[in-house]
Amino acid sequence: MLRFFHQLGSPKHFYRIAGSWIPWLAAACAVLMLYGLYQGMVVAPTDYQQGDSYRIMFIHVPSAWMSLFIYVVMAAAGAIGLIWHMKLAEVIAISSAPIGASFTFLALITGSIWGKPMWGTWWVWDARLTSELILLFLYLGVMALYGAIDDKRTAARATAILAIVGVVNIPIIHYSVEWWNTLHQGPTVTKFGAPSIDIRMLIPLLVMAVAFKLFYVLVVLMRARLEVLERERNARWVRELVEAS
Amino acid sequence: MGGYAAYVWSSYAIALVVLVANVMVPIIQRRKLLARLARRQRRERRQP
Amino acid sequence: MKAARKKRLYLILLIVTGVGVAAALALNAFNQNLMFFYSPSEVSAGKAPSAYPFRLGGLVTDGSVKRLANGLTTRFDVTDMDKTVSIEYTGILPDLFREGQGIVAHGKLRADGVFVADEVLAKHDEKYMPPEVAAALKASHDKGVAEAARESGS
Repeated sequence: MLRFFHQLGSPKHFYRIAGSWIPWLAAACAVLMLYGLYQGMVVAPTDYQQGDSYRIMFIHVPSAWMSLFIYVVMAAAGAIGLIWHMKLAEVIAISSAPIGASFTFLALITGSIWGKPMWGTWWVWDARLTSELILLFLYLGVMALYGAIDDKRTAARATAILAIVGVVNIPIIHYSVEWWNTLHQGPTVTKFGAPSIDIRMLIPLLVMAVAFKLFYVLVVLMRARLEVLERERNARWVRELVEAS
Repeated sequence: MGGYAAYVWSSYAIALVVLVANVMVPIIQRRKLLARLARRQRRERRQP
Repeated sequence: MKAARKKRLYLILLIVTGVGVAAALALNAFNQNLMFFYSPSEVSAGKAPSAYPFRLGGLVTDGSVKRLANGLTTRFDVTDMDKTVSIEYTGILPDLFREGQGIVAHGKLRADGVFVADEVLAKHDEKYMPPEVAAALKASHDKGVAEAARESGS
């Protein structure tokens, strides 16, 4: 077990192991997404108040969860990279940023599309929506900062600090609907006690949440492999790999 | 979809585009990077 | 853990704590500005601004929705189960607008205490269920209320 983690720390082994996981992750993710889509679009009943518009939830809610989850992963990986100078953690941190930004964008845009028919507006500046928009800017800031510094290791350290500082926004997003009056409603699934949602609606929601999580792991590994190749381009194993291809 | 079809399907369509883009970008970049590295190595071999 | 690593770890913890405390203080200071809307109780107590527009949120009181004579303006009451404020709104209401539903209205208070809204947004709750379940829940709730009333009456 220890040997396995030690090997993961070496770029060459990480590249190989991640490469062997990718097809399996892609297959599992595709199957889960199709199953979730079937459950959400066909099996789940129409809502008593929102009609069929609530089906946007199966995209919106998992995206919003992922936007928070990926940020925490990114900041934690950034911190590990800073403290232990672990290259792989730096790579994971920086590879997470564009994926997190994508999910934040999805959460915002699908929320907007859901908000128009239900609330009567595309956008309001309430605490939940505003803090989620700040999260998108944090992700974009991390990506821009990394791109602006030429030396990759210096860039990784600078972005890690920005990511760690931004962590303060995560509890604000999560608790915004409880701390302040917001147009956005309170939590359904993660609240204390039983979720206030019909089981046939909860199943596709959770299936999609797992599928999105697998999707993140899949894409972050793909991106991390690319970053490893670029950083190790002078290493012998990369040269051999390029020759073979 | 009870009058909400346009909202629901446009959400799912945008999600599909974003997810596909996330998968395609690293694949394309990887191909480009490998081609770039291969060119560089050929150049180095010719003029050692 | 080596000394240098420990130092970096403490430095990061220090940054997170520092930023966290700063954010908490700032949010606490701007608490009122972060509230998206005022409640009817706050409006009744005169806490809401009278000079400029603000948002008012509450539940639409059952049986209070009326169309005014001009046919375009809707008048209804919103409540927070304590105080009630009347709202007048001219325009199209969102799909979710109905009696008993939470809404947020943007507008100004008129001298007679009626809130004149230029925008009405519906707020929905965190409950999701099919109509049959909602109907069954309501039926059992009504039955429970009726039974409670009978018991207290006898």
